[in-house]
Amino acid sequence: MILKTAKLGKSFGGLAAVQDVDMTIEQGKITAIIGPNGAGKTTLFNLLSGFYKPSSGRIEFLGEDITHLPVHEVARRGIARTFQATHLFQRQTCLDNLIVGHRLRTRVNVWDALFRTPRHRRELRKCVERAFAAMEFAGISKLAHKPVGAISQEQQKRLSIALALVTEPKLLLLDEIAGGVNPEETAGLGELIGKIVKSGITVCFIEHKMQMVMNLADHIVVLNHGCKIAEGPPADVSRNKAVIEAYLGGETNAHAT
Amino acid sequence: MQFNWRSWIFPCLLIIAGLFVPAVVANAYYIHVIIMGFIWAIAVYGLNIILGYTGQLSLGHAGFMGLGAYTVALMSLKLGAPFWLAMACAVLLNIVTSWLLSFIAFRTRDHYFAIFTLAIGVILHHVMEKWEKLTNGNNGLSQIPGFGGIGPISFDTAAARYYLIYAFLLLAIYVSWSLKHSLIGRTLMAIRNSEDLAKSIGIPVNRGKRLAFMISAALTGMAGGLYAGYIGFLGPSIASITVTFNLLLYLLVGGIGTVAGPLIGSFIVSVLTQFLVVLQDYQMLIFGPVLVLLTIFFPHGLAGGYYKLKHRWRTASANRKGKAEPAPGRAGGAAMAEASGVAEVSGAAEISVAAEASDAAEASGTAGAKGAVHREVR
Repeated sequence: MILKTAKLGKSFGGLAAVQDVDMTIEQGKITAIIGPNGAGKTTLFNLLSGFYKPSSGRIEFLGEDITHLPVHEVARRGIARTFQATHLFQRQTCLDNLIVGHRLRTRVNVWDALFRTPRHRRELRKCVERAFAAMEFAGISKLAHKPVGAISQEQQKRLSIALALVTEPKLLLLDEIAGGVNPEETAGLGELIGKIVKSGITVCFIEHKMQMVMNLADHIVVLNHGCKIAEGPPADVSRNKAVIEAYLGGETNAHAT
Repeated sequence: MQFNWRSWIFPCLLIIAGLFVPAVVANAYYIHVIIMGFIWAIAVYGLNIILGYTGQLSLGHAGFMGLGAYTVALMSLKLGAPFWLAMACAVLLNIVTSWLLSFIAFRTRDHYFAIFTLAIGVILHHVMEKWEKLTNGNNGLSQIPGFGGIGPISFDTAAARYYLIYAFLLLAIYVSWSLKHSLIGRTLMAIRNSEDLAKSIGIPVNRGKRLAFMISAALTGMAGGLYAGYIGFLGPSIASITVTFNLLLYLLVGGIGTVAGPLIGSFIVSVLTQFLVVLQDYQMLIFGPVLVLLTIFFPHGLAGGYYKLKHRWRTASANRKGKAEPAPGRAGGAAMAEASGVAEVSGAAEISVAAEASDAAEASGTAGAKGAVHREVR
């Protein structure tokens, strides 16, 4: 178990976006978070990565309480994330994007920068090496010197995964990484996720594409209206009554859909 | 290690040319105008760190300039401190002040940060104007002792003063350049480009902004100290809002976020203003339209425009040669990066220079609203 939440909750004003969520992410496994639109999936990610402060509950990462840590500290502990709307340093080259991604593992200070010390040279070189390695891993080596604005949506998705990877995370949170890309590209991204897990990084992702979820996930957590309504292996979840109801509209809320 | 000597020829020639200015320019007034251009440029280099690199618009920089100038003036006049000690104290005081302010300032963002710093600038200006016992109010302080000699070197002649200010200018340029091409600069630019993304990759955003603010205030305060020592007279108008907007104007004309921009902008605008002085009130008649044309055709300043043209020309010539893809040597894979990591680093630095145009574009994008504010105020 790499991450565990207990009674995690977040409300905005009177609206509870996430309520009493108890979930665990197992080390080395792929966990998927699914649920209808507005179920609180992205809010949950924002809580896990520190962007939102929970209204209640706690988050434990590798046995340590990270509930109240600032975002950059959470990243430093080893949780990396991507954003739903692909979020990159636009107009810069792919390489530039990735170089700064490894910044958190370096210890250069302003004096190193001003006096261009050997440490600075060493660490900048390390950042560049990691950037190239991440690009190679994500299959975008050829794009190193292209500005982000000039590459395709799928390549941007790959770049944002590479950016998360250069931070050397232990847990990678991917928010709808296959949104807006075609089926073949989705399959390619699925392969990339498999490769990431094989390299020893735990992955947790939010996805609407059910085929991808069923193919990849070892464990699925289902959210609806901010609450966890089911969890388990794909086979169980796909037969779960509450899940089917939430997705297709059961007796109780059929009229609302 | 691959050393790209060609990109160094022009800057080196410029530095050498700077050395010959006093020998070539005989007119004392011209020398004075050039020196003033340099002093403003140093202040603008300060502003560029927080606004250009980090994307935070500070409208209080005249306040920092005034703080530096008054520290030097008061310490030398009231305490009889030697100039260089006063100068060191001025820079230090600016660093401490900006450090203290940063704890409140960076609870705000964007426009609110601009308003906050504007208020700080106004307060500093008022203190200098109204604390008459100390600062002599609007009558100002006169007979501020000039630059003290360093060992056998004295700064009694115009040429010597020129070289002194020139050295400080080179220092400011060096700081800007080395910051920009370092991991620290990349960190600051990441903050500028997207705070959320910067946070998510583990960058402590507020710490970065604070650092930028301190370096920025230090450089601008240094310019203030030099101003006091050079002019020998000091009034509170040095800290006025007009000065802040002048600094902003120089930066916008020169090219926000670029290394060359502050020098180009301050130099061209301040020299131009000096030579348009003969026209008195009519100078704005010429100056206004020139500025309008400049912002229309060079929205990223002169330096930004230059990099853009150069970039376009390069891509065009690359296309002509039938290689739209970058040369294989530069698109090296991980294996190559391992084999020649240093070369790749220098390659990366070069790319950053090429991308400077887009950098400038982005910085001025963040400063879009700022530009609008600026035009309105003027």
